[in-house]
Amino acid sequence: MKPTRTEACGNWILSRFPVTKLWNEHMAQYYAPKNFNFWYFFGSLALLVLVNQLITGILLTMNYKPDAQLAFDSVEYIMRDVNWGWLVRYMHSTGASAFFIVVYLHMFRGIMYGSFKQPRELIWIFGMLIYVCLMAEAFMGYLLPWGQMSYWGAQVIISLFSAIPVVGDDLSLWFRGDYVISDATLNRFFAFHVISVPLVLLLLIFLHIVALHEVGSNNPDGIEIKDKKGADGIPLDGIPFHPYYSVKDIVGVGVFLFFFAAVIFYAPEMGGYFLESANFIPADPLKTPEHIAPVWYFTPFYAILRAVPDKFAGVIAMGGAIVVLFLLPWLDRSPIKSVRYRGGIYKKALALFVISFVALGYLGTQPATAGAVLAARVFTAIYFGFFLLMPIYTRWEKTKPVPERVTEQPSLEDRIPAVIETFHEVTAKKSFTDTEGNTVEKLRPNPSGIANVLVRGLKKLKASLD
Amino acid sequence: MKKIIITLLMLLPLSTFASVGIELQSANIDVSDGDSLQRGAKNYVNYCLGCHSLKHIRYKRMAMDFGVEDNKVLAEIAPEGARIYDQMHTAMNAHDGTKWFGTQPPDLSLIARSRGADWLYSYLKSFYLDSSPTGSNNLVFEDVGMPNVLWELQGIQTPVYKEDSAGNKKLESIVLKQSGTMTEKEFDQFNNDLVNFLVYVGEPTQLERKSMGKYVLLFLLMFTVLAYFLKKEYWKDIH
Repeated sequence: MKPTRTEACGNWILSRFPVTKLWNEHMAQYYAPKNFNFWYFFGSLALLVLVNQLITGILLTMNYKPDAQLAFDSVEYIMRDVNWGWLVRYMHSTGASAFFIVVYLHMFRGIMYGSFKQPRELIWIFGMLIYVCLMAEAFMGYLLPWGQMSYWGAQVIISLFSAIPVVGDDLSLWFRGDYVISDATLNRFFAFHVISVPLVLLLLIFLHIVALHEVGSNNPDGIEIKDKKGADGIPLDGIPFHPYYSVKDIVGVGVFLFFFAAVIFYAPEMGGYFLESANFIPADPLKTPEHIAPVWYFTPFYAILRAVPDKFAGVIAMGGAIVVLFLLPWLDRSPIKSVRYRGGIYKKALALFVISFVALGYLGTQPATAGAVLAARVFTAIYFGFFLLMPIYTRWEKTKPVPERVTEQPSLEDRIPAVIETFHEVTAKKSFTDTEGNTVEKLRPNPSGIANVLVRGLKKLKASLD
Repeated sequence: MKKIIITLLMLLPLSTFASVGIELQSANIDVSDGDSLQRGAKNYVNYCLGCHSLKHIRYKRMAMDFGVEDNKVLAEIAPEGARIYDQMHTAMNAHDGTKWFGTQPPDLSLIARSRGADWLYSYLKSFYLDSSPTGSNNLVFEDVGMPNVLWELQGIQTPVYKEDSAGNKKLESIVLKQSGTMTEKEFDQFNNDLVNFLVYVGEPTQLERKSMGKYVLLFLLMFTVLAYFLKKEYWKDIH
C-alpha cells in the first residue's frame, strides 16, 4: 500500500531523527519499579517548577529593569500596571520557594531509600550540582527586586568571600564589580540569573536524567528490579513509565498545584518567609536593617555560619555542610539501600539529621542571641555528626533481611477504614440539652481515646526506629 | 546525649526568642470596604500627601477599584490640578524635605507591606509631647523625624514616666492631656480608614487575587479528582 502524505512526511523525519527510539527508551519502554510511593512525586514536580520558573521568568524580564535606579520601581510596575503582572511575579517568587521545598524532599527521598548508593553515585553528584546551581540562581535572583533585604543579604553573602585569606578581598571585589553591592553587581547578577545559570542548570538536569535512565530508578525497597527479569527481558517488578507513571505524576501535579495556587492567591508573602517584609523597602546602601536574614531555604547554612565563632572557619563550615552531601555515596558503608531494612542506628541518625536541619533552618531566621547560637552549635554538631560518623555507624548496624521482590504497601484507600476507626476512638458522643429542652447528641473529644491513640502511635514510632 | 538534646529542644522557645516590644493595637482591615477606602484616601490627601507621595498608585486605579466615577475621584479625593492617570505625587520636593526634616519623607506606597497594618495604626496613635525638635516623640518609633500632624484631631498626649530602683526614668504609658476636635472613637475610625487605605495601596490587586483564588482552587480540585480516577483506571492491571 502506498503511504499517505502524512505517513510519508512522518517517515521522512523518522529516518533522520530517532523520535520513536527516544520515546521508547525514555518513556514507553523505560521500566520503573511499580512500588513508587509519595516520595517519588518530587522529581517530576521539580521539573514542573523549573518550567514554571522559566516561563514566568521570561515574562518578568520583559518588564523588569536591571538598573539600580529603576529596578525596585519596575517590580512594582509589574505588580500594578502590567496586565497579570502580579500573578506572574507571585508565580515566580512562590515558585522559587516551591523549588526548594520540592528539591529538599527529593533529596531526602534519595537519602532515605539509598538512591545515592552504587550504582547511582553519578545521579547523586549531578543532583547535588543541580542543587548548588539552584542556590546560586536563587541567591542572584533575590538581588533583582533591589529591596533592603535583597541588597543587604547579597552584601553579607558576598562579604563572606573576603574572609578567605590573602585573596579574599580581591575576590569579593571581583564578584561585586564595586566596593559595595551596586548597579554593576545588579547587572551582572541579572545576566547570571537569566542566562548563565539556567543554561548550566538545564545541562545538569539533562545529565541527571540520562544517568538515571542508564541505571534505572531505585525504589522504596532499595532492590534492583533488573536483577529479576521475565522471559521477555523486562524486569518483573517494572512497569513502563508511560502511561503508568506519567498518569500517576499528573495526580501529583494536581495536588501540588492546589497548594501552590493556595499560596499564590491567599498568602503570597507566606508570613514573610517567601517574600520578606523588609524587601518592600527600596535598597538603601546607607541604612543597614536591624536584622538581616536570608530567605528560608538558605537559613540552615546561615545558622551553621553563625554558629562558628571565627568568620573564616564559619565560611568553611557552611561550605563543608554542602560538600559532605557530595561525599554521601562514599560515607555510607552499609550494603543495604532502603531505610526499611536498615538498622536502628541509621534510622535514629536520620531522624536526628532531619530535626537538626529543620532546627538550623529555624534558628537561621532568628536573631543570633547567645541561646540561639548555642542551640545552633549543638545542631551543627549533629548535622556534621550524621555525615562524618556515617562510615562508623553504618558498619555496626544490624540490618534486616531484604526481600527478593518489591513489596506492596497499603494504598491511600486501604488506609481509610483505619483513619475512620481512629476518629471514632478519639471522639465520643455526649448528650446535651439544647435551648428548647431537647436532648441532642454531639461529638466531643474523648480524652482516654486520644491517650490510647497517642500511646499506640508512640509505640509504633519506637518500633519503626528499631 | 539524647536527654540533653531533648532538654535543649524544650528550652529553645523560652531562652532564645523572648523579645520585648511594645504591644501593638490591632487595626480592623477590610479592603473590600469601598467607603472606608474612600474616606482613607481623603484623609491621606488632606494630612499625608503634603510630604509623603504614593507614587505607585494612580487615581484611575482607585476609581476602578473603589467602583466610583473618575470625576468623583478627581473632585473629592485628588488634590487640585491632578489628572486621572496621575500617580499620587507629593508637592514637596526632595531638596526641601531634606532641609526641613533631615531626610526626604519616604514614599508610602509599600509601607503597609513593610511595616504591617497594626504597626501603622499604633504608630499614628502613639505620638506624645516631648522636647525633641519636632515637639513630639513616638512610643512605637522612638525619635522619629516626623512631627505629629494629627494632633489637632487627636489632641495632645503626654508621657507618664516611672522611676525604677536604680533611678532610671522609664516611659510607662501615654495619656491624653488635652482633647482634640475628634472623640477617641472618631479618631480611631479616622486612623483605621487611613491604614485600610494604605493596606489597599500596598497591593491594589489583593481583592482581585483573593476573589479569583477560589475558582482556581476549585478547578484544580476537580482536575486532581479526575486525574486520580484516571490513574486508578490505568493502574487496574498492576498488582
